[in-house]
Amino acid sequence: MKNKKFTELRHLPADNEHLEHNTGTDGVDRRGFLKCMAWAGTGMLWTVSGGVLASKILNPTSASAADAPMMGGFNFVQISDSHIGFNKAANPDVVATLKEAIARINALPAAPDFILHTGDLSHLSEAEEFDTLEQLLKTTKAGKIFYVPGEHDVLNDNGKQFRDRFGKDTKGDGWFSFDHNGVHFIGLVNVMNLKAGGLGSLGQEQLEWLEDDVAHLADSTPIVVFAHVPLWTIYPDWGWGTDDAAQALSYLKRFGSVTVLNGHIHQVQQKIEGNVHFHTAMSTAFPQPQPGAAPSPGPMKVPAEKLRSLLGLTTVNFVPGDKNLAVVDSTLAGA
Amino acid sequence: MKIKNLFCSLAFAAGTVLLPTSLMAGDSVTITNEVKIDNFSFGPQTVTVTVGTKVTWINKDDIPHTVTSDSKLFASRALDTDDKFSFTFKSPGTNNYYCSMHPKMTGKIIVK
Repeated sequence: MKNKKFTELRHLPADNEHLEHNTGTDGVDRRGFLKCMAWAGTGMLWTVSGGVLASKILNPTSASAADAPMMGGFNFVQISDSHIGFNKAANPDVVATLKEAIARINALPAAPDFILHTGDLSHLSEAEEFDTLEQLLKTTKAGKIFYVPGEHDVLNDNGKQFRDRFGKDTKGDGWFSFDHNGVHFIGLVNVMNLKAGGLGSLGQEQLEWLEDDVAHLADSTPIVVFAHVPLWTIYPDWGWGTDDAAQALSYLKRFGSVTVLNGHIHQVQQKIEGNVHFHTAMSTAFPQPQPGAAPSPGPMKVPAEKLRSLLGLTTVNFVPGDKNLAVVDSTLAGA
Repeated sequence: MKIKNLFCSLAFAAGTVLLPTSLMAGDSVTITNEVKIDNFSFGPQTVTVTVGTKVTWINKDDIPHTVTSDSKLFASRALDTDDKFSFTFKSPGTNNYYCSMHPKMTGKIIVK
């Protein structure tokens, strides 16, 4: 069964670990909500509308008008960790799997308004790796692609090449924000100037910019934050967190809906804390082990027939009036 | 240390390689000038050498790493699998370093 595969790749923490504040009034209890989210990975699209949890099966082959986003609503796609240039046993052909991810994007019933790439476009920051990535993503049916760098994209030149190619209109090390249909999007950089012994880092200059960036927004503005390294501490022993994320999140506390999209850990993890929904995406290149499940977070070798069930992309649907954005993960496995 | 290397080094300058006789009794010393990067860690994590020793790092992971000193005394480019980086330590002191991509990875070269 397809469902089984999906539940295997998820690591859903015990609800008492992370769901400290269930402030929602949607009548869905913690356990119920987590169960729903676990099922989201099976290809069901969950949306919360008027307090009622609704679902439909995601099926790229049966496009219909009913699947199109509502007026004013829209959808976008997150892809992450393409690692173009990687050629080791965990996936000798990362170009092929990125192409498959692009085919999935192009088969969506409603073309995404844009794509967010949450970093590690390349494996070694080589010009030809960036070239390949750029050319491949040009074949997507999306209006625009926004990028934030991963630590693999800023090697040897402090990210200059990355910013010249993918971050022309950005500030500082490559951070920026934009508005789309009433939603405020913020791209952050947390892979630069890392301190020995530490985790990901945003830095004072970026934090000040962020505070200023959101200062003029109404509390009701839906916020989407995206960055490479998780902005919540998943597993510090492996560096899976950001040292000064709490400061950044303190500026977002007053907003009713905050969605945080990250990459870096090559697997789906999620957490709801107050009004903030944290989510990490799969890689298009190779999987990494669950926290602590291996001696190191290095690429995880799995049987060839299992690889595509651990790679994938994330689709996000925004419906005006709904508090939460619907975040749906789908793998490269299956029809 | 391989015998061939030892002869070679001796021929050039005594004291540029690790010779146990040049160290004071009671010193705890790892007899190596090579650091292996494996499983997202530097091994041995602490290496003690004499002034003038060239230390070489080799990356055995499937993921690139860097060797970056806290004091900026030395910094490698990104080392892909099997890439090496060497640095010759010309003055005594403790040199802490880390991987700038994965800063949880730290190591130390003590130069005596």
